[in-house]
Amino acid sequence: MNKTFKTRVATFAAGLVLSCSALAAEGGAPLLHSGTDLSNKASLQRGAQVFMNYCSGCHSLRFLRTSRMADDLGLTQDEVMANLNLTDAKYGDHILSAMPADQAVKWFGQVPPDLSLTARSRGSDWIFTYLKSFYIDETRPLGWNNTLFPNASMPNPLWEQQGVQHAVFGEHDAETGTTPVERLEVAAPGTQSAAEFDQTVRDLTAFLEYASEPAALKRQGIGVWVIVFLSFLTLLAWLLKGEYWRDVH
Amino acid sequence: MANVIERTANNVWDWFTARAPGFMPFYRKHMTEYYAPKNFNIWYIFGVLSIVVLVNQIVTGIFLTMHYKPSAAEAFASVEYIMRDVEWGWLIRYMHSTGASLFFIVVYIHMFRGLMYGSYQKPRELVWILGMLIYLVLMAEAFLGYVLPWGQMSFWGAKVIISLFGAIPVIGNGLTEWIMGDYLPGDATLNRFFALHVIALPLVLLLLVVLHLGALHEVGSNNPDGVEIKKGPKGNRWSKNAPADGIPFHPYYTVKDGFYVCFFLIIGAFIVFFAPAFGGWFLEHDNFVEANRLVTPAHIKPVWYYTPYYAMLRVVPNKLGGVMVMFGAIAILFLVPWLDRAKVKSYRYRGLLSKVLLGIFAVCFIWLGKIGAGPGTDPVETIIGRFLTAFYFLFFLTMPLWTAFDKTKPVPERVTMHE
Repeated sequence: MNKTFKTRVATFAAGLVLSCSALAAEGGAPLLHSGTDLSNKASLQRGAQVFMNYCSGCHSLRFLRTSRMADDLGLTQDEVMANLNLTDAKYGDHILSAMPADQAVKWFGQVPPDLSLTARSRGSDWIFTYLKSFYIDETRPLGWNNTLFPNASMPNPLWEQQGVQHAVFGEHDAETGTTPVERLEVAAPGTQSAAEFDQTVRDLTAFLEYASEPAALKRQGIGVWVIVFLSFLTLLAWLLKGEYWRDVH
Repeated sequence: MANVIERTANNVWDWFTARAPGFMPFYRKHMTEYYAPKNFNIWYIFGVLSIVVLVNQIVTGIFLTMHYKPSAAEAFASVEYIMRDVEWGWLIRYMHSTGASLFFIVVYIHMFRGLMYGSYQKPRELVWILGMLIYLVLMAEAFLGYVLPWGQMSFWGAKVIISLFGAIPVIGNGLTEWIMGDYLPGDATLNRFFALHVIALPLVLLLLVVLHLGALHEVGSNNPDGVEIKKGPKGNRWSKNAPADGIPFHPYYTVKDGFYVCFFLIIGAFIVFFAPAFGGWFLEHDNFVEANRLVTPAHIKPVWYYTPYYAMLRVVPNKLGGVMVMFGAIAILFLVPWLDRAKVKSYRYRGLLSKVLLGIFAVCFIWLGKIGAGPGTDPVETIIGRFLTAFYFLFFLTMPLWTAFDKTKPVPERVTMHE
């Protein structure tokens, strides 16, 4: 290799690093790290339970079937139908909310979005942060606001566990006419400690991450074997190349 | 027993060659008696890799069409159906989506290789032109394919790109409606884009690839030294008329390429299995939201492989001007064989000026790509973008000058081996 080649590769690599950091900076508000672990079946099962009890009344997972969820989470048909299916849906059906759309608009101003792919469009960290960012705001129709998603239509679904958060405001900004929220404080404690609540939200986030791409559970496991096989094939191809090229000078 | 099998095989082979007498000469001309320079380095594998990706796109594409529904009402859900309910559907889809990005990575490196070693110079102008046509069709093909999942970026990306044709005076508005078959991208648009993506453009692409290779094999391959091996001494171990510095494509380069193809497949498998969205670069986050004509995404941007041109479009204040600059940036590439006046091909024997300018050009292209991928709201970035766009064009427009004036080193008579 000559010198110019090396400089060119270095320039190329530097360009790549630059562009990647540009993408990372795009987020906006700082997000918390969700710390989800899709290989933790117990976490996914707990997340499914939280979803069915606190979310599925309004939100659908229109691309996830109950049967698929049972298989992937290591649950039996009886367990799922008895504990995690709160509607009269069949085992092979997609997980759909029973809320009528026109009622939803009346109550919340809009139909609650389907959550099948939210973890892919917003990211796990976003979901984790969003669910921890609710606070009491009397100016909102349902009394709740959110620092990550200002004026969100949804009230805090997990307030019983988290407790009620109040906003501590910073100084009024005359230029923009807004008063930024500095931090959130738990005014009335809930049934869970801060650490327990983090784990509850983490479980729910992990479940939504799974729901957004069920193949993610086995993708990496298969990938390891594919790469082991291809590495072996590459080694053979390299030896074969060396054998043929011995007489080229 | 072995005798019977051997005799039968020979008979079948004789029967075949008697009826297809051109087959073996064709095979020899393009494989065993195609003498390629023996000094190819790693930059010379990207042509083969692009064929590997093309085959991957066609094969996975066929399986995707078996389950995909080209209708605005069903497209988005049918892609999720492929991801979840079709056996191995997720793998096929990820291979196709990863392949699209890898296609552009290998093609961009392949084109840069051409610029480095002057592979477009006489007598290979036609090879370059055909390659550029492939690049053009590839961009159209990728754009059409990107619309098919019918996510938010599919819809709004399509709207922005199609609206570029609206900048054409007089016929602009009529033209955009004619392209879409509607006033907005809709069912009719998706249906015709599907037809173009799976039938029309792949056929054109395959034809162009055959012509590209055919044109190459007529004149022979260039090499990192830019030495014309056909003009050098004759006679090698296989033929006394063949160039002394040439070796048969098969088996030498088939086994060498085979090794690199395997290595490339490891990289591809790594992305498919461990990072299929590639941090939002290969599969964009907003495209996991179904197309909605009432909700405009915060940042509409094309996929990474178009962003250098998208940046040029955005930094030009006038819409028609921006469109002309953008298409001009691609059109000017066609002229490279006539803009380069250097007496040597390879950068190895060119002066410092040529090397530096080519290096800056590469950085400039990547930087434009970075700007095009961003939100485009930073005024400083817009000014930088204008400078980069100006450099992009000046690089080509002044090429006849600096290539003619820059000092060159003497080119050796024979190719050199570094590995």
